[in-house]
Amino acid sequence: MSAREDIMNRIKSALRDAPATPVVPREYRRTSDMTAAQRLEQLVDRLVDYKANVFLTPAGEAPARLAELLAGSASIVVPHGLPESWISGLENDGGTPAVHVDSPEHRLTTAELDAVDAVVTAAAVAVSETGTIMLDGGDDQGRRIISLVPDRHICFLNVDQIVEVLPEAIARLEASRPQTWISGPSATSDIELERVEGVHGPRTLDVVILT
Amino acid sequence: MSSNTFLGMPSLPVFGHGNLNATEAFPKAAHRELGNEQLRANLGHATHTIRDKRLKVVAELPDWEDMRNAGAAIKDATMANLPALLEQFEENFTARGGIIHWARDAQEANEIVTALIRETGETEVVKVKSMATQEIGLNEYLEEQGIAAYETDLAELIVQLDHDKPSHILVPAIHKNRSQVRDIFLREMPVVDPLLTDEPAKLAEAARRHLRKKFLSAKVAVSGANFGLADTGTLTVVESEGNGRMCLTLPETLITVMGIEKLLPTWEDLEVFMQLLPRSSTGERMNPYTSLWTGVTPGDGPQNVHLVMLDNGRTAALADEMGRTALNCIRCSACMNVCPVYERTGGHAYGSTYPGPIGAILSPLLTGIKSEENNSLPYASSLCGACFDACPVKINIPEILVHLRGEDVDSKRAKVKVPTQMDLMMKGAEWAFSGGAKLNLLERGLPLGKLAAGRDKVIKKLPGIAGGWTQSRDIPAPPSQSFRQWWAKEHKPGAAVVPGNTAEDAGNGSEGEQP
Ligand code: SF4
Repeated sequence: MSAREDIMNRIKSALRDAPATPVVPREYRRTSDMTAAQRLEQLVDRLVDYKANVFLTPAGEAPARLAELLAGSASIVVPHGLPESWISGLENDGGTPAVHVDSPEHRLTTAELDAVDAVVTAAAVAVSETGTIMLDGGDDQGRRIISLVPDRHICFLNVDQIVEVLPEAIARLEASRPQTWISGPSATSDIELERVEGVHGPRTLDVVILT
Repeated sequence: MSSNTFLGMPSLPVFGHGNLNATEAFPKAAHRELGNEQLRANLGHATHTIRDKRLKVVAELPDWEDMRNAGAAIKDATMANLPALLEQFEENFTARGGIIHWARDAQEANEIVTALIRETGETEVVKVKSMATQEIGLNEYLEEQGIAAYETDLAELIVQLDHDKPSHILVPAIHKNRSQVRDIFLREMPVVDPLLTDEPAKLAEAARRHLRKKFLSAKVAVSGANFGLADTGTLTVVESEGNGRMCLTLPETLITVMGIEKLLPTWEDLEVFMQLLPRSSTGERMNPYTSLWTGVTPGDGPQNVHLVMLDNGRTAALADEMGRTALNCIRCSACMNVCPVYERTGGHAYGSTYPGPIGAILSPLLTGIKSEENNSLPYASSLCGACFDACPVKINIPEILVHLRGEDVDSKRAKVKVPTQMDLMMKGAEWAFSGGAKLNLLERGLPLGKLAAGRDKVIKKLPGIAGGWTQSRDIPAPPSQSFRQWWAKEHKPGAAVVPGNTAEDAGNGSEGEQP
């Protein structure tokens, strides 16, 4: 008998008392009653608590904000679907970082990613109550590796992507897409439970919320 | 569900092996660990800090209890339909290019993982914290096979570099303080700044440097999984440092080892568990990183994705109708952090991969109560119930502890035909508590106890088996009269209720329910 059959038989034997399947009570909050302004305020509060840097920026000023954040950087990587207007501010000026575009046709190597100063991505959705930003590998977010290896992650978020509670985000996401949920920069509390930001993931997380 | 119907002969439970057994009885191990003052100081600090953080973030949510109720029901539903859910998970994960392997026990799981690594031609793997692989002793097994497994979680790294064992499932190096960590790094890391200080930020930086090259060049990673979602075939890893993301994203081959009980029926169930888990474990609103993957994503992450589904005693635990809810555990460690016994003895005293209150029930359920020294684990508790209150999936740990104590006594009685002292005492108690009049009769003996206690009014040593109770404590001399005698005297005939004074059964049940 294969291990699979064996285990299945063991399970069925273990359950021969036919335990009942309870109905799951879903009385927890599944939708938000906050206004958009309240959600924004809550998200900012949580992100700051996690030691992320937060910038509220009118949508039209995204390129200027990005140029300002990247002053002094030598090179960045962006996914091929990132809105071109965002990086347009960089290309106008000669003293700005080199922009590497990661695309299915041209994938950057791990070593190349390790050499850039920052990655710029969009996001799929954000949960204000927990301060969580979700990436789902969309064209404006890219492969998981590009938002992981560079030491700094600049993440753009539209204000209408902010929900309050996790169930609202689950409803918007598709399970089968590769996802990374991010709540602040990488951190550890393994030494005497003292929270230290920055271990293996990007040590700096900048969140630009377009209002 | 038809696939749940069992048609074959009921089989005997098959128990698990690996790092699940205490090598010595809990009381003995606890006695030694209690002598380690550094350990106790570190643990006391840590458990109290996490406890306070947890209370704060739990109090923030108006619907915490609703979430616990949902969580408990989802897990009960999972166990009740496990065969069908496993099939569903397998179908979805496989449809997306993942490969599933089944392992009856630790040995089989170790062999599968080894063969998969061999196929790649590699002799090194990076690992992200996984209790399942620790349970099966994978690292030791791989080492024997000439494969080096590098733990990448900071705490696991500390423990591995020090050739030690984890003592807490969430903060495995909770028993080491910062200067101990610095000493370990200076001693064990091949390249390290000799001026390294004991500042946690500097220590984290040293770990980053130490592991960075490994991550960027690793070809094979081994991971655990926090949840598997049956209706989508999705796996989840919850972490903080980013070492999980590194292991799950960079290598070409990913091998995940997961217990069969880790499933949740639906994608939407994750909304409950990703609220319950971070708040209960680290006391955070959300952990820094959560990764989700469903089989293979072309062009993104490992293209060679395996999952080993592990039994290793889980089906035996499932067969125990009273104990099976122990499998609902999501390994948050909240029960440990509130446990007065764990706080003092630490995790090593439990011997198994799973320490604390959950370990005290899960380890003997997985190995069988007759196994080696695990039969002392169900007694490692004062049954105070703090673990039950803290548990996000409402596992009634005290009830299962009592159930397992019963099993232990039964299994021993089956071996020894002559009634033990404990049996005789329990028989006596059964007689005495079966009626008020009998208890009255016994209580008349109280003044004798006072006599035995002597002038300092304490009894220092009880005879026989009861001596265990006085080994580390004195008991105060009994009063010269019992509450019942006092009550009877104060409430002479005419008083409304005199429990136990009239008919033999008049006192039944009333003693415990005094207003
Ligand atoms: S038994 Fe409950 S409290 Fe303890 S680790 Fe498991 S889920 Fe957490």
